[in-house]
Order: sequence, then structure tokens, then C-alpha cells
Amino acid sequence: MTQPKKIDVQNLRLSYGPKEVIHGISFHIEPNEIIGIIGPAQSGKTSLLRCINRTIDFTASAKVSGSIKVDGEDVVTTRNVYELRRKIGMVAPLPVGLPLSIYDNVAFAPRTSGMNNRSDLDGLVEKCLRQAALWNEVKDRLDSLGTKLSGGQQQRLTIARALSHQPEILCLDEFSIAIDPVTTMRIEDVLKELKREMTIILVTNLVQQARRLAARTLFLWNGEIIELDTTDVIFSERAKDPRTRDYVNGIFG
Amino acid sequence: METIETNQPSSSAVLTPATAPKRGRRSAAAVLGERCIEGLIRLCGISAIVFVFAIFFFVFREGAPILFGGGTGGHGVTEPGAAKPSFDLAKFLFTKTWYPTSLNTPRYGIGALIIGTFSVTLLAMVIAVPFGLGAAVFLSEFCGKKVRETLKITIELLAAIPSVVWGFIGLTVMNVVIQKVFKVQVGLNVLNAAILLALMSVPIIVSIGEDALKAVPDSYREAGIAMGCTRWQLVWRVLLPAAKNGLLAAVLLGVGRAVGETMAVLMATGHSVNIPHSIFDSVRTLTATIAAELGETAEGSDHYRVLFLIGILLFTITFIVNLLADFAVKGIRKK
Amino acid sequence: MSVPASSTAGLFTETPFIRKKRRTERLAQCLFGAMALAMVIPLLLILGYLVFKAAPLLSWDFLTTNPTNGMRKGGIWSALLGTVYLVVISLCISAPIGVLAAVYLNEYAKDNWFTRIVNLSVVNLAGVPSIVHALFGLGAFVLFARLDRSILAASLTLAIMTMPVIIASTKEALASVPVSFREACWNVGATRWQTIKAIVLPNSISGILTGVILQVSRTAGETAPIMFTGAVFYRNIPEGNVFAYGIKDQCMALSMHLYTVTTQVTNAPEALPYAIAVTLLGTVLLVNATAIVFRVWLRNRKKW
Repeated sequence: MTQPKKIDVQNLRLSYGPKEVIHGISFHIEPNEIIGIIGPAQSGKTSLLRCINRTIDFTASAKVSGSIKVDGEDVVTTRNVYELRRKIGMVAPLPVGLPLSIYDNVAFAPRTSGMNNRSDLDGLVEKCLRQAALWNEVKDRLDSLGTKLSGGQQQRLTIARALSHQPEILCLDEFSIAIDPVTTMRIEDVLKELKREMTIILVTNLVQQARRLAARTLFLWNGEIIELDTTDVIFSERAKDPRTRDYVNGIFG
Repeated sequence: METIETNQPSSSAVLTPATAPKRGRRSAAAVLGERCIEGLIRLCGISAIVFVFAIFFFVFREGAPILFGGGTGGHGVTEPGAAKPSFDLAKFLFTKTWYPTSLNTPRYGIGALIIGTFSVTLLAMVIAVPFGLGAAVFLSEFCGKKVRETLKITIELLAAIPSVVWGFIGLTVMNVVIQKVFKVQVGLNVLNAAILLALMSVPIIVSIGEDALKAVPDSYREAGIAMGCTRWQLVWRVLLPAAKNGLLAAVLLGVGRAVGETMAVLMATGHSVNIPHSIFDSVRTLTATIAAELGETAEGSDHYRVLFLIGILLFTITFIVNLLADFAVKGIRKK
Repeated sequence: MSVPASSTAGLFTETPFIRKKRRTERLAQCLFGAMALAMVIPLLLILGYLVFKAAPLLSWDFLTTNPTNGMRKGGIWSALLGTVYLVVISLCISAPIGVLAAVYLNEYAKDNWFTRIVNLSVVNLAGVPSIVHALFGLGAFVLFARLDRSILAASLTLAIMTMPVIIASTKEALASVPVSFREACWNVGATRWQTIKAIVLPNSISGILTGVILQVSRTAGETAPIMFTGAVFYRNIPEGNVFAYGIKDQCMALSMHLYTVTTQVTNAPEALPYAIAVTLLGTVLLVNATAIVFRVWLRNRKKW
């Protein structure tokens, strides 16, 4: 084994009650790559992310089978879900500023994991806010409410919070649907930087975003992987499946 | 480490060189504390079940000996040699002579009390249901935001008036009013108590009924309006049928409240064991009997145990009524 | 308002049919409005009448002196203080249990049959008649737990009786905190309790407090549950001393005092029961009004 796989998904199935939404998919993700996951609505993209960080547990009717290995450890059966979630940063589609101060928003995760040293926290908060390209806008008002920021700022705050527990994997779930194109471009630049430090899973409904950022792209449709290849291939005539070509060219979806 | 080349970033974001992340660790005490508090939360969560069972158990415990051990012959003393008169449940429920304090042959027939409770509750509902549902319809369909807020606050205050104050109002104000208006001898009667109970149960009918009407999807209303319904037709033909389960629940909870009410009926019914022939007759209810007589019974006597049996009966009635209301409400949720 | 019917009957002119329709609509509105008013007016009338009758006796002295002369003269100090004791102690018991029970139901409980039974129990606990609670209090606390008739036994009975109030209002307050906040916390590895402590409780505390205030008013007005568990007709205590009752003592209570004076005491001055009723009602409505004002104030300073 020359290159350890960061995430290795084998035959993953997920059903909500009697309805199966992911039908046995297998793929793997290399360390420090940006992988794009594209696909129309209801194709199981968000559910897949929720399986990876086990927040699927909070949906009572969900049943998962198969295996997801993160650094070789099976997520589906792991006992220490909190440690797992700290390894994974998750950015939800809609910005969620917690009703705490900006500082506390970012310091929330380190504090829950028991980090209480003020100077460590100060450094970490600054680092995360800088990484999320928000530091310059909020450095003078760190103790104002996170919920009072604008939508784009809140989304960057969400990213800063996702970075605050120093994850090795960053999952972004359609992060750009609630923010303007300029902010989107700034965040995309941030992601290119972050790739050096972590693995990034980019779920997006903008196929061009995947094209700009991702090294490889996975096309998920109705809970099945239609095609997974390098982004160059997916976005060219060399894509094997006609549905992939139709989707990236905007013929359906 | 990098496996695939992409274009180099050009952003200004500052990056610290990748070092081993500095992570905190939760102390064992914090984890243990969390376990404890979660255990406590679960314990409190099931406490409601425990309390309901405890109520049944302890009331039953005091009342049951008379069911199984037979009576003690009146005053808590069993005469040796005397055959224990067995306690007859059918007689208890269906005869109408209530002479608990008779020296020789105390009789515990609660038929008249049941009918008393039933008559007062029925009349109260006859008054409260139209008003309560009418007010619920007005609140949810006919009035503006300001009026709605004001009315809701008023109804909340109406619900807050203690039952003993209602009883006092019945005894002093309503008593005189009924005597004057209907030209009857006694103002403390079925009508008096029913009006009080109606006023007491209207708030619950209004608030649950309004919830039920709100739960009707707006698309129903829009469809109705699109077809040219007046609002009256909309209410009568669309909303009431659509919300009927919730409205039924509202009425049932009102009934539960009226059956269980104690102080108001104790003070306003006139408190005479009697099968009413008109709404101007005095009656006595199950709840009022317990409240009036428990203080004067010897602990462990037949009379004392019979009062606890009445308590079990009341518990059972309200339990069933609440259960039915719950099923009615769950009915709407499923749709 | 209405457009006069013109001879050129177009699409939008009123036909007699439409006019009739509009009349029924107006009528319906008036009818339902009248039904709603029918509840408001008695409230105002009754309040006015009670205050009018009680006016001669209402004064500060009335509140701070003991009843004397077979409860025909004097004030209501011992009853007032007794009610305060009952309310405070029962609140100390029921508020923590009720709030935690609501946290369980809203945050931990899964959507299954067991949770349904718990919810059903809460509804039933609220529906059990107050006099049955009295029997329970007598059987369980006074006799079985050997607390005798005491403030503690009465408070325990009241606590269990009013617990559903606080469970319901706390559940509502917790449910008003958006789920997305919880998900954001879980995503960064916070446990359920850390999420509740850091986000859910601080943002619902105001709603919970409103529930507690409402519970105060409910507890203060109850009579039946304390009749056989700790309240007495008459008890003399030192005036002006707020620690005059012990937890194992029996006490007087305002609601009970009103019942006693109205039904058991003969030749009481006419204004006396009215004054007691107004004091009780005033206390309860004041507490409720506080809750309402508090709620409105909080709605205006939401954080999101």
C-alpha cells in the first residue's frame, strides 16, 4: 500500500424506513484531493455526507449498511462518533450562525472538546477566521452576534467553525446556494489553499464549480454512482456514460 | 502528498504551515458529569409515567380493601362473629341512595352523584361548545392580528381564574342573578354550575379548537375562495369538516375539565343528593362529594374507602376521555 | 361601500345573489365576533363587580394582619404567607423535574411507542381531576410517606399536579429553537448535552421562565389538592415574620381561606369574602399579566 486511502466507501446502502435512497455505492477518496460530487436534487448527496460524519444517527428512521472507512477505521460501527465528527468539518447549504458571539461561534468546537486555554483559543479563532477570509471584516467586533452578520459572512463563519476543530476532511454541501457570486469566488480561493492541509469533499449543484475546483468528480444520480473519473474526463466528450455528458451539459437536472 | 495537480491558488488567505493540530481533551470529570445529567434527564422524562401509575396505585390502595375485603360494617370496627356485608359494585354504581353517615345501615349508592356530574357537564357543554368553537372560528378566520392577540390574552386570563373564585362568584353573584331572572327559589343549581363550568372550559376549547383550524392547510381555503365561497360557506363546508377531529379533541378535553372540576361545583350546585328534573334543581357531583366529606370521615372506615373508590371512578373517566382526545388529535396528524 | 347596481349589468356589478352572499358573510362575522365577546364581557363584569364589593376592606393592613374574631375581622396575613410557602416549595420541586422532562421529550426521545406513552402520561396527568390529586396526596404523602398533613405534603401534591403545565410550556420553548442550530453543533462534534447546554437552553430560557410564571399562578389558585394534605381553616402566626411557618407545619392558604369564609363562617362582614377573592384573583392575574408582558418583550429581542 503506497498511498493510504483517506476515505474508502464499500457497498454503502442507506434507507429511510422502507425507501432506499443510496443503493450500494463504492468509491474512495485520496488524501489532500478535492473531490466534487455532482448530481440532481434528491440523488443522495447530502445523505452521503451525513453518513460519513454519522449525523445520520439523528434521523430515527435511517438504516445504514456497508462500510465507510476513514483512515482505515469503519465509521458505521465506530464507537467514538464525537472524535470522528471532529475529524470532519461540515458546512451546511444554508449559513447557520449560532446565536453566540462571533468569537464563541468559532471557539465552540474547541471548547466542547475540552480546550479552554484562552491564548490557544485566541490564536485558533484568528487562524480559522483568516482561513475563511472573514478576519478582516470582523476582527473589530468579535463579540457581536454571529446571527447578525450578512448571509455571505455567515457562510464564511460557518466555514471558520467547520475549520475550528482542525479537521482532516472538509465537507461542503452546496455551500454557495445562499451567497453571492463574489463571495463564492473568494471561498473557492480559500478552498484551493486549504487543499494543502486537508481532503475536501465538495457537493455542489453548480457543475462548473466542480470543474473549477475538483481534481476528480463523482456523478451521483438516484443513489447510484453513474461515473467517477478525473474532472477533465467528466467534463469532456470522453465521459463514458451518456447521462453524465447530458447532465454536465445542462440537458437535464 | 499531493496526487493531482491543480492550478495554484492566488488568494490572500494566510496559512500557517501544516503542523500537528493542537487538540484539547475533555476531562474525565466532564464526561462523567455529562453521563450523570443525561441519566437524570431520562429519569425525569419517564417521571410522568411513574406519577400517573402512582396516582392510580395510591388511590386504589386506599379504596381497594372495601372491594376485596368486604365492608367493615359501617364505622371501621368489625364486630366479631357478625357476617361481613359484602360490597356490591353494581349496587355502588347504580343505586341512588347516598346515606354514608347513617348509624345503622349506611348506604353508598352513587347513582345520583353520577347523574349529577353528568347533567352539569352536559349542560355546561351545551353552553360552552357553540361559544368555544364559534370563538375559535372567529379567532382563526375572521379577525385581524390585533384583535386576535387581545382576545387570546383575555382568554388566557379567563383560564387563569382559580376555580374557588369561580365557585365564589357562583355562590354570590350567579345565585342572585338566577333567582331574579328565572324567578326560582334556589339559585344554586344545575344551571348555575353549568354556566361556571362553561366559562371554565371555554378557554381550553378555544385554544385547542383554534390549533385544529390552523392545522387545516391554506390550500383548502384558497380552493374554496377560488370557487367563490363566502367565508361562511368556507367555514361550514370546508374548515369544520376538515378540522373535525381536532375540534372533537377540543370538546373532549373540555368535558374532561368539566367532569373533574371540584371547587366551583362544590359551591354552586346546591350540594343536595338529587336526580334533577329541571335545570333549576340542585344536585351533587362526584368531585364535590369527595371534597365535602373526606375531611369528616375516619381513616380506614367504609365511608373513607368509598370516597377513594369514587376517586378511582373519576380517574378512570378522565383517563378514557383524555385517551379519546389523544386519538382524535393523532388522527389529524397522520393525514 | 357597496357599488350601486347599474343598469348595465357587467361582470363585476353586484347581482342580488352576490349581495345576499355578502350579507351572510357580514352576519357570520358578527355572530362569531359576538361569541368571542361573550367570553370577554363576563370577565370584565365580574372583575368590576368583585372589586366594587371588596373596596371597603382593601388596604395594606388587610394583607399584613392575621384574621381575628373567628375569621370575621382582621386581615389575611397567615393565609397569604401560607400560599407563598406552598407556591415556592412546590415550584422548587416541579420546575426542575418538569424542565428536565421536557428536555427529554424534545431532545432525547425517539419517535416511538414509548415516547407516545410518556406524552400520553403527561396529558393524562394534566387531565386528572384536582380532587383525585388530593386523594393521591393524602394516600401517598400524608399516610404512606408519613409526612402528615404539612406544607411539604401539600407542596408535593401541588407540584405533581402542576408539572404538566411546565412540561408543556418548556417543550414549546425548546421546539422554537431551530433544528439547524442543533445540527451545526452536532457537526462539529458536540454531544447532545453540550448542544443543549450551549445553544438550546440559553435560547429557550425565556420561554421556560414564562412557563414557570404561569405555573405560579396555577399553583396559587388551587384549593382541592391542599384541603386534605396540609391546609387548615385557621392558624395563628406572628405577623410580619416571613419565616413563621415550618415545612412540617400545617398552614392556611388564600384559596382555602376564601372557601372557608364563604361557606363555613357565619355573620362575616359582607365585604370580607370579596376582599379575599379580589386578593387571590389580583395575585393570579398579576402573575399572568407579568408572564404575558415578559413574553411580548422577549419576542421583540430575539437573536435570530
